[in-house]
Amino acid sequence: MHNKSVAELSRELESGRVSSVELTQQFLERIRQEDSKYNSFITVSEEQALAEARAADEMRAAGKATPWTGVPFAQKDNFCTHGVRTSCGSRMLDNFVPSYDSAVTGNFRTAGAVCLGKTNMDEFAMGSSTESSFYGPTINPWGLGSGSRRVPGGSSGGSAAAVAARLVPAATGSDTGGSIRQPAAFCGITGLKPTYGRVSRHGLVAFASSLDQAGPMARSAEDVAMMLNVMAGPDPRDSTCTEQATPDYTATLNEPLKGLKIGLPREYFSDQLSPAMEAQVHNAIREYEKLGATVREVSLPHASLAIAAYYVIAPAEASANLSRFDGVRYGYRCENPEDLMDLYTRSRAEGFGNEVKRRILVGTYALSAGYYDAYYLKAQKVRRLIQQDFINAFKDVDVLMSPVTPSPAFVQGEKSTDPVAMYLEDIFTIAANLAGIPAMSVPAGFVDGMPVGLQILGDYFSEARLLNAAHQFQQVTDWHQREPQ
Amino acid sequence: MSISREDIEKVAVLARIKVDSEQVSVLEQDLGNILNLVDQLSAADTGSVEPLSHPLDAVQRLRPDVVTEANQREAFQAIAPATEDGLYLVPRVIE
Repeated sequence: MHNKSVAELSRELESGRVSSVELTQQFLERIRQEDSKYNSFITVSEEQALAEARAADEMRAAGKATPWTGVPFAQKDNFCTHGVRTSCGSRMLDNFVPSYDSAVTGNFRTAGAVCLGKTNMDEFAMGSSTESSFYGPTINPWGLGSGSRRVPGGSSGGSAAAVAARLVPAATGSDTGGSIRQPAAFCGITGLKPTYGRVSRHGLVAFASSLDQAGPMARSAEDVAMMLNVMAGPDPRDSTCTEQATPDYTATLNEPLKGLKIGLPREYFSDQLSPAMEAQVHNAIREYEKLGATVREVSLPHASLAIAAYYVIAPAEASANLSRFDGVRYGYRCENPEDLMDLYTRSRAEGFGNEVKRRILVGTYALSAGYYDAYYLKAQKVRRLIQQDFINAFKDVDVLMSPVTPSPAFVQGEKSTDPVAMYLEDIFTIAANLAGIPAMSVPAGFVDGMPVGLQILGDYFSEARLLNAAHQFQQVTDWHQREPQ
Repeated sequence: MSISREDIEKVAVLARIKVDSEQVSVLEQDLGNILNLVDQLSAADTGSVEPLSHPLDAVQRLRPDVVTEANQREAFQAIAPATEDGLYLVPRVIE
């Protein structure tokens, strides 16, 4: 069962060959047996999962089943889940149990899906390796045999690892600078960052409000499309969420790709890119040519400024969003505070890890009097230039393609001593968050035995086309079906 | 672009995060490196460009000024470190 896709499990449940309760028990048992190797879950919500499974079986008996009824999945631990701890991978929220569901959680609940638990992540979604979690690092299921432990990527590393290890067929993630796409690439699964505003952020603990986007992670594009059908949609509780209705993302998966115009940004294929990675990405693009697509070079002239702009904007917005964690109303409070200032400064010093503190401090500096114009405002202007580059490119092509990461998953500890080395991992993914355009990571082969991904970027609200392109690629390749040894 | 110990201590106060002397030394290095990365922005020509704060240049939506939520004070306060009579307790501020 654990190798089946969401689509296959949905059919098994529909046929009555297995009940939701049986399926849930099987996956819970698998998590119990296997997750100590990966540490992909922070919380396994067994009781709630079985209650949801029973409700799903009743829903089916009453003739009200949806494609998701009874299907197990997991949620990244920055989605508020009513009655289930939501920690954001931080000591600050180790004791936080929300009294409400995020919009995404509520959507899955209404569809009858069964949440097995909350997955590990870089603390407050700040990171590219899931090494900064209060609950310890997650280990990439790939590369375990070789003796060294590889990172699963981050910040949605727990979700990526759990899906790759077949502990769940699907898991939610969030992507602010690449946090769905990069771990998807490192773990050999399929992930999508939707257009900014496509999925409601209500109940997704905020990191950088103009960049954050919730998104689906699963092994196949078809499963990702099924997830997006549930996750996307208008929501009056999130005023940045689009009021546009959601198409059925599964309905157009099989459109032929003949005539698809693909652009390859020359800035992403510089001599900085390793020959092995370049070869895999070009092999993938050749498959698209065989399917009838045409390829041409395009330019994103301001690509090299993306990381600098992001590492002003994201920390600045994070410094504002994380100011709510003050030890007063919820979350961690230091012991024996001497006065109010001590309560604030020590609760935050003790509750937050080092990367989070670094980013809050950089962000506070960038927004402070005397620096706001030089840093934050300047970065916002560069952001418009980066957006304009994409708008121009999409006049000539339908989609862009590029690597997701400069190299495959690195070894645990290799980049954690130098924050900036870690930041450079995001070099291909960050621009899509700054511009707000949708982008996917699709498994595209192996380098040195570790998975690598192909990034597909599209114009605003073109998720259906991206998923169609990914699905067609997955009909003629099997990278997405490989299992970690 | 480097950042001085003084600047770090000032910013730590603004951010309400306690930092000790050893941490300030580490932060001098780390924040200095990050600010070096960020300095690349100053080379960009952004003369007449408008800042972008929302990818779709959307405007804040408004809604009717009516009550739509139920009072859930008890549920919200159940997870607080210290409360009394519906208030959140903190160390004395005014002597």
